[in-house]
Amino acid sequence: MLGSGRAFRRPLPGRVSSHETALGHVHTRAPDSDAMNSRSLPYLLIAPALLFLAVFFLYPFSLVAWQAFSTDEGRLTTEHFADMVGYWKFNDTLRNTLWLAAIVVPIQLVLSLLMATMVSKMQRGRDMVLYIWTIPLGISDLAAGLIWLAIFEQTGYLNSILHGLGLIEQPVAFLGYQSKLTLFVAIMLAEVWRATAIMLVILVAGIGLIPKEYNEAAEVFGAGPWQRFRRVTFPLLKPSLQTALILRVILAFEVFAVVIALSGTQFPVLMGAVYERQFVLRDTSVAAAYAMLILAISIAFTLLVLWWLRVPKEARI
Amino acid sequence: MAEIRINRVAKQFGKTHALQAIDLTIADREFMVLLGASGCGKTTLLRIVAGLETATAGQVHIGDRRVDQLPPKARGIAMVFQNYAVFPHLTVYENIAFGLRMAKLADSEIDKRVNRTAALMHIDPLLKRYSGQLSGGQRQRVAVSRALAMEPDVILMDEPLSNLDALLRMEMRAELKSVLAESNTTTIYVTHDQVEAMSMADRIAIMDQGHIVQCDVPVEIYRNPAAHFVGSFIGNPPMNFLKASRVDTGQWRVAGATLSGPGSDKNALDFAIRPEDITVGEGPLQAEVRLLEPLGSHTLLACRVDNTAFRVIVDSDTSVSIGDTLSLNPMADRVRWFDPDTQLAVPS
Repeated sequence: MLGSGRAFRRPLPGRVSSHETALGHVHTRAPDSDAMNSRSLPYLLIAPALLFLAVFFLYPFSLVAWQAFSTDEGRLTTEHFADMVGYWKFNDTLRNTLWLAAIVVPIQLVLSLLMATMVSKMQRGRDMVLYIWTIPLGISDLAAGLIWLAIFEQTGYLNSILHGLGLIEQPVAFLGYQSKLTLFVAIMLAEVWRATAIMLVILVAGIGLIPKEYNEAAEVFGAGPWQRFRRVTFPLLKPSLQTALILRVILAFEVFAVVIALSGTQFPVLMGAVYERQFVLRDTSVAAAYAMLILAISIAFTLLVLWWLRVPKEARI
Repeated sequence: MAEIRINRVAKQFGKTHALQAIDLTIADREFMVLLGASGCGKTTLLRIVAGLETATAGQVHIGDRRVDQLPPKARGIAMVFQNYAVFPHLTVYENIAFGLRMAKLADSEIDKRVNRTAALMHIDPLLKRYSGQLSGGQRQRVAVSRALAMEPDVILMDEPLSNLDALLRMEMRAELKSVLAESNTTTIYVTHDQVEAMSMADRIAIMDQGHIVQCDVPVEIYRNPAAHFVGSFIGNPPMNFLKASRVDTGQWRVAGATLSGPGSDKNALDFAIRPEDITVGEGPLQAEVRLLEPLGSHTLLACRVDNTAFRVIVDSDTSVSIGDTLSLNPMADRVRWFDPDTQLAVPS
C-alpha cells in the first residue's frame, strides 16, 4: 500500500484528491454499486447456511410435524396425540421426565454457579481445574451411563465397597424395579456428573466478562460476599445464565442414553418413548406426536427462562 | 475526625516490591493527591487504604482506629473508581442508594440523601436512567454522588477524571474541588496528571518506584523539588538540567560559565532551572535555538546548551529564529542544585 501511495503522490486528474491516494484509497467503482454490495453481501454469505438448514432441517421437521397431525389418508387429526396420552405408561413417562429436569437442572445451576465462582477466584491452576471438571463433556452420554452402571449395578463398585467395609451382607439391587428411589438418584447423579460442565463453561466465560471493578465497588459500598453475588454478579451474569439454562433445559428433556443404560425400560422418559414407538412398535405417527410434545415443552421452558432472566434493553452492559 | 496515618506500609507482588515502607499522614479534611507515573505504586497504596488490597507489612489508621485488618465496609470510606463502576443493571437512583441500602438505612433517609447528592452533582433529572443511557461525564457524576451519599469520613478517588475529554476534565476538576471542600471529608486522590494534582491538592505526594519522593504543598513541590526526579516530572516543560563541576568553594562551572552555587565539597553537581526562570539577553549561558513553539501566551524555545536539550520560555513578542545563538541569564534565586549520586536537592 505504501509503495502504491508513493507512486500516486501527485494529484491525479479527476475527482480523486491527492490526499486519498496517498493513503492508498483509490476509488475506481461508482459509489452506488459499493453501497449495493455492502448491503446484500451479508445475505449472500449466509444464504448457503440458510439453504442447508432449509433442506436438512426445516423440510424433515415439517414432515415429522405433518406426520404427527395427519392420518394415512392425509386428513388432519389429533388421534395420534390421543393415542399417546391414552397409553398406560404415558403419565409415568411425562412425570419422570419433568421431575428429572426439575431436580437435575436446579442442582446443576447451583453447582455450576458455585464452581464458576470458585474457578474465577483462583489465581493459579485455574485452567487445570477447568479441564478436569470438563472431562465428562468429552464422554458420550451412553458411555457416561455405562460408567455409572458399573458403579451401581449388583456386581458394581458401590456394592463391592459397601461389602468390603462390612456394611452389607448381600449385594443390593440399587437399580432394580423395586427400588425406584435409588434408580432415580443414580440417574440424577449420572446426569449431574455428565452435563454440569456445559453450564460451567458458559458461566466461567460470562463471569470473566464482568469487569472486576463492579465487585470491588460493591465491596467498598458495604456488600458482603452473598450480597455481592445476589446484587452484582447474578444480575450481570443473566445473559450467560440464559444461554446456559436454555441449553441445559432442552438437553434435560431429551435425556435418553443415560436412562437406558442405567434402567433399561424401568424408568420411562419421553425420548425413550419416541424410540420405543419408532423402532419397537413401528408406530411412526405416535413417535412424531411425542417429538412434538418434547418440542412444545422445550419451547415453553425456553420462554420461561427468557422471561425469568430478562434484562431491560437499557440496563445491559 | 478522620486523619489517615499510613505507617511503614509495604506491598510485594511475588518478587516485585510495589510499595516500600510508605509513611504518610493525611490530616483531617485534607485533599491529598498521590501523583506519579503509571506503575509507581500510587493505585496500590490507595487500594490498601480502601481494603481492596492487603499490605505485606505496615499499618493503616483512620481516625483513632487501626483499619488494615478490617474489610472495606468497616473502614468508613467511599471510593470513586477510574471506570466509574456505575452498575449497569441499576438506575442512577439505585446506584447512588446502593451503599445506603447495604447500610440498611430507612427508605426516607435514603431518598433524602440520594436527592441531595444528585442535586449537588446536577444529575437529579437523570435518576430514573440506566448507566448505558449516560455519557461518560454523567457516569462520573453518578460515581461521585454514590460516594458522597455515604457521608464517609474518607473519599478515595482512583484517577476519576482520566476517562473524560479535556474540556469536561477541566470543568469537573473545579466542581469536584468545591464539592469535596464542602463535604468535610478527607480525600486521597490518585492521578498521573500533574495539572490535576497542582490545581486540586492541599498537598501532593509524589511517588516513584514504590517510594514517596516528596510530599508538600503544590507550590513548594514546583519551586523546591526535593529530588532530581520531582524536577524532571513536575512542570510542563519540566526543569532543565546541566552538568556542573566544582571550580572553587561555592563556584561551579556550568556550560563554560562560572556560577556561584552551594558550598558543597562534591566534585560534580546538577544545575537545574525552570524554563520560565530564564531571561534572554546578557547572560552566562550560550544557547543555540533548534525549534520554536509559539503557544500564544508565550513561546517555547527548544535549544541546546552544552550539547544538552534546554528549554526556555520567552514572551511571544520576542523575535527569535531557528539557528540563533542566545545569551541566557538564569534567575539566581530560582536556580536549584542536585547531587548526581543521591539525586537529592543540595541547598545553595
